[in-house]
Amino acid sequence: MALAVRFAKQSTEKLSPLLRRNFCSAYELQHKNPIQKRIAAIPKAQYGGRHTVTMLPGGGIGLELSNYVREIFRYAGVPVDFEVIDIDPNSETNDDLDYAITSIKRNGVAIKGNIETKSEATGIISRNVALRNELDLFVNVLHCKSYPGVRSHHKDIDLIVVRQNTEGEYAMLEHESVRGVVESLKIITVEASERLSRFAFEYARKNGRKKVTTIHKANIMKLSDGCFLETSKRIAKEYPDIEHNNMIIDNTCMQLVAKPQQFDVLLTTNLYGSICTNVICGLVGGAGLYSGRNYGDHYAVFEPGTRNTGSSIAGKNICNPFAMLNASVDMLNHLGHTQHANAISTAIYETIVKDKIHTADLGGTASSTDCIQNVLKHLAAGQVSWKIALDSEEDESDFTFWRFA
Amino acid sequence: MQATRFFKKLITPSGCVRNFASQTKKVTLIPGDGIGPEISAAVQKIFATAQVPIEWESVDVTPVRNPDGRFGIPQAAIDSVNRNKVGLKGPLMTPVGKGHRSLNLALRKEFDLYANVRPCRSLEGYKTLYDDVDVVTIRENTEGEYSGIEHEIVDGVVQSIKLITEEASKRVAEYAFQYAKENHRSKVTVVHKANIMRMSDGLFLRCCRETADKFPEIKFEERYLDTVCLNMVQDPRQYDVLVMPNLYGDILSDMCAGLVGGLGLTPSGNIGLGGALFESVHGTAPDIAGKDLANPTALLLSAVMMLRHMEMNDKADKIQKACFETIKEGKYLTGDLGGKAKCSEFTNAICEKLA
Amino acid sequence: MSLLTRNVARCLIQVSSRNIHSTAALANPPTKPQQRVKCTLIPGDGVGPELIYSVQEVFKAADVPVDFEPFFLSEVNPALSAPLETVVESINRNKICLKGILATPDYSHTGELQTLNMKLRNELDLYANVVHVASLPGVKTRHQGIDAVVIREQTEGEYSAQEHETVPGVVECLKVVTEAKSLRIAKFAFDYAVKHNRKKVTAIHKANIMKLGDGLFLRSCEKMAKLYPRIQFEKMIVDNATMQLVSNPHQFDVMVTPNLYGNIIDNISSGLVGGAGVVSGASYSASHVVYEPGARHTFSEAVGKNIANPTAMLLCASKMLRHINLLHYSQQIYTAVNNVLKAGKVRTKDLGGNATTNEFTKAVILSLK
Repeated sequence: MALAVRFAKQSTEKLSPLLRRNFCSAYELQHKNPIQKRIAAIPKAQYGGRHTVTMLPGGGIGLELSNYVREIFRYAGVPVDFEVIDIDPNSETNDDLDYAITSIKRNGVAIKGNIETKSEATGIISRNVALRNELDLFVNVLHCKSYPGVRSHHKDIDLIVVRQNTEGEYAMLEHESVRGVVESLKIITVEASERLSRFAFEYARKNGRKKVTTIHKANIMKLSDGCFLETSKRIAKEYPDIEHNNMIIDNTCMQLVAKPQQFDVLLTTNLYGSICTNVICGLVGGAGLYSGRNYGDHYAVFEPGTRNTGSSIAGKNICNPFAMLNASVDMLNHLGHTQHANAISTAIYETIVKDKIHTADLGGTASSTDCIQNVLKHLAAGQVSWKIALDSEEDESDFTFWRFA
Repeated sequence: MQATRFFKKLITPSGCVRNFASQTKKVTLIPGDGIGPEISAAVQKIFATAQVPIEWESVDVTPVRNPDGRFGIPQAAIDSVNRNKVGLKGPLMTPVGKGHRSLNLALRKEFDLYANVRPCRSLEGYKTLYDDVDVVTIRENTEGEYSGIEHEIVDGVVQSIKLITEEASKRVAEYAFQYAKENHRSKVTVVHKANIMRMSDGLFLRCCRETADKFPEIKFEERYLDTVCLNMVQDPRQYDVLVMPNLYGDILSDMCAGLVGGLGLTPSGNIGLGGALFESVHGTAPDIAGKDLANPTALLLSAVMMLRHMEMNDKADKIQKACFETIKEGKYLTGDLGGKAKCSEFTNAICEKLA
Repeated sequence: MSLLTRNVARCLIQVSSRNIHSTAALANPPTKPQQRVKCTLIPGDGVGPELIYSVQEVFKAADVPVDFEPFFLSEVNPALSAPLETVVESINRNKICLKGILATPDYSHTGELQTLNMKLRNELDLYANVVHVASLPGVKTRHQGIDAVVIREQTEGEYSAQEHETVPGVVECLKVVTEAKSLRIAKFAFDYAVKHNRKKVTAIHKANIMKLGDGLFLRSCEKMAKLYPRIQFEKMIVDNATMQLVSNPHQFDVMVTPNLYGNIIDNISSGLVGGAGVVSGASYSASHVVYEPGARHTFSEAVGKNIANPTAMLLCASKMLRHINLLHYSQQIYTAVNNVLKAGKVRTKDLGGNATTNEFTKAVILSLK
């Protein structure tokens, strides 16, 4: 124990200001000034109709996936430029991460793979979590809609998980009070719950959804989950047009595998959300298909829905590229480039459903590049209005073209 | 015109009209900070060798607390310039931080120095990319963008006022034409941006046009600021005397200095109602101060301008020629011109030519 | 030096990214796109129409899938001018526009203080003007190897068009600086630097005199610079900047300036690399881009003489094609112009030759590949 503390201390000394702040004051962060950070708005990075977006390829298969996205964007002539920031997974310091966060702050929008945190020291929190906390991305949205023709246990699933992303069980406040007894705190605040519930109902209304189900365990955790449940009930009254019910997490899991069609929008705390999304993804075809969206008051980050790095299959050209592609489609929709978003998502749909080009995780034999090639083929034939790039050798973040060698 | 006549009258004490050669004239000298004292000494030495009938009255302008409690120029210095009407000034340190305003600004206000004149000429012997520059920039010095009237209307919105008055515009326009005439220049170009600032620059332009009518022998042309910028770096030969409002003058005069090799080579004069102050506009270079490495050319040429202003043209020509020749020979060039000579060696070389 | 590092870095990046790329996906580059793109076209005054004609000829020869929507917009010839609203509506629809230079008379007949150019910019909120100043091959100038970008705020500052005569003979012209717009342009400059692998941003100001107005601009730039720890930030007083530009222009990378200073710096740096005929520029709003020559001169004395240099306009067109992802055509035109200049056989008058605009255009068309 003493050793661990000393180690933690040592490692914090080496940490960047950001994480040191998070480490030292995680308690204050959660309690004294919970979550909501007031930030002066930074002007949007949109110039002449083109957006700049931060891209964090992350570790494992992230690099391949993000290259596919760039390739397709170039091909489809999407008016989006990427600022690519590589985060060195082995580095002990967090300079790269700090820079990435700064970059997202000024660009407002990011697309990311899963970032690896190699260090196992107790003092170091996961970089993904640090990113979410620092940017105050309080909600994670996952939209699961089954693709016909993909091997799965259930058909016609179409549900949305709205998950709290910054507090709850993931507050990372753990300590060993006496030897052999470890306490882990779960934080639920009215403020964050209210914000989340409101987001869920607004989202449901905007997207023509009928029902919101709050997932909880208030029968056991009467205060914390009770607070979450009560808040969502209170907010539900403001949205009479949307049906609201609640369900206990263990029952939910059972219902999900038995009769998932009964759900529409699921509103969950952090840990339950993680469980639900993974169960659902498993039902409809694995981790490689769906994308997740993280929203805060000012920023939006898009990523593959289930947060796995997939280091074991990296570089083998067998990973499923569609999760990341779907994330990019979400991003385009968020930026308002709906035409391009539709074109790409149609191409994805055609590839999966009509052409049945599936990677190994869906039971197919195709390679990642086969999938991409097929998507490109559809794009070339499709009707995207803003032009198709021809010279895909040219890197968009490169202006040397205008210069003389 | 009137103004010119006015200060001419002031600098020529009644009774001894245009007979400076026979009489010693007093001139206020402000050596300045950093390399200032060295280069002032060099100028004094050269003037002594050339037997210029000038008596230097050296004053110190280190700010002192005035009776009203504010820091400012010592009264003695003000009196001296007021008495002599002509001054030569080395570089002054601009104090960083608050406390008292810039001395340059204070002097400008004190003596109503309304026009800033900077002749820029390529020097033979010091090679720059431009070897055919010969322009004079005349800048209105009291108003325009530098009026200092600024305020924050609401949070995050600042409004600053550019002030153009007919009186000041006329005054500087007239000086420009007078200067062109006296120095045998053929053309005056007014630099403006009246296509954008139609009223303010329009007024300045109108004043210049009206003045131009009074000087039919001088060619007059109007040019947009951006056109001048563009043409100046392409072909500086097409300009002669340029007259313009404050900010444009500030920018263009420094740019012209850049064309001929920097502020270390360009003289500058400030003409005012209460006197005329000639100065070198380069920095105080504290890193080489006291090491006998500084280049006195800018101050020397400013002093030459001063002689012309006092109508001692023969002496002025002589000194200028000696200076240019020394640079052209290239034997005694200071460090900033790519040579190895010391300030004193450079000075001695000029003196030898004069002796 | 900085140029070298940039190029080396770029090569490394490319090589590495290519290795990572699974090349299979790149095997079949697509055929030519099916759709055509619409672009608003404003020929402008002076030699503008001649230059635009040259662009159209080149586009025709290269078979570029762009259709122009031409509008004659002019302040000096109000009778023939299309109404501003129509033009604005067209640009709003097309998002891109190719524009010549509009002449602005010193005095407006109606006593209006805003020029047509200003109105167009305000209407579309074209707040950022980008002029990329780079030495061209085969153009003989005093300085070589210049490569700088001037980014200019162009909707406020001295060009506020708020002037009044307080008492006869005393005119006040307001210079308005706002925090929001200063932050916006600063961010634009830094984002530009990041996007194009630039290393340094220099803010040009005169905050030592205009402590509040330019002070606000400078503070905004400093504030923004903190968000870009990997871009070097410098500030320079405008008069010093002009001097440095003519004596040592290589020290500059990206410059960000308020309105008037930007105009001055634009023109000085254009002069350094060969004049108004060879420098291209663009004005950005959040959702539109207007491409126009970098130094704004109508060159009206050359109208009808067939001597103007279309290089600037062709480069503008090439940049526009790049912006709308027609990289292939963009590169094609760019290389052609570059080759013609490099060969040096066909030169217009401003570059010391005798060729006419038409001859130059023809030469470009011939070297299209």
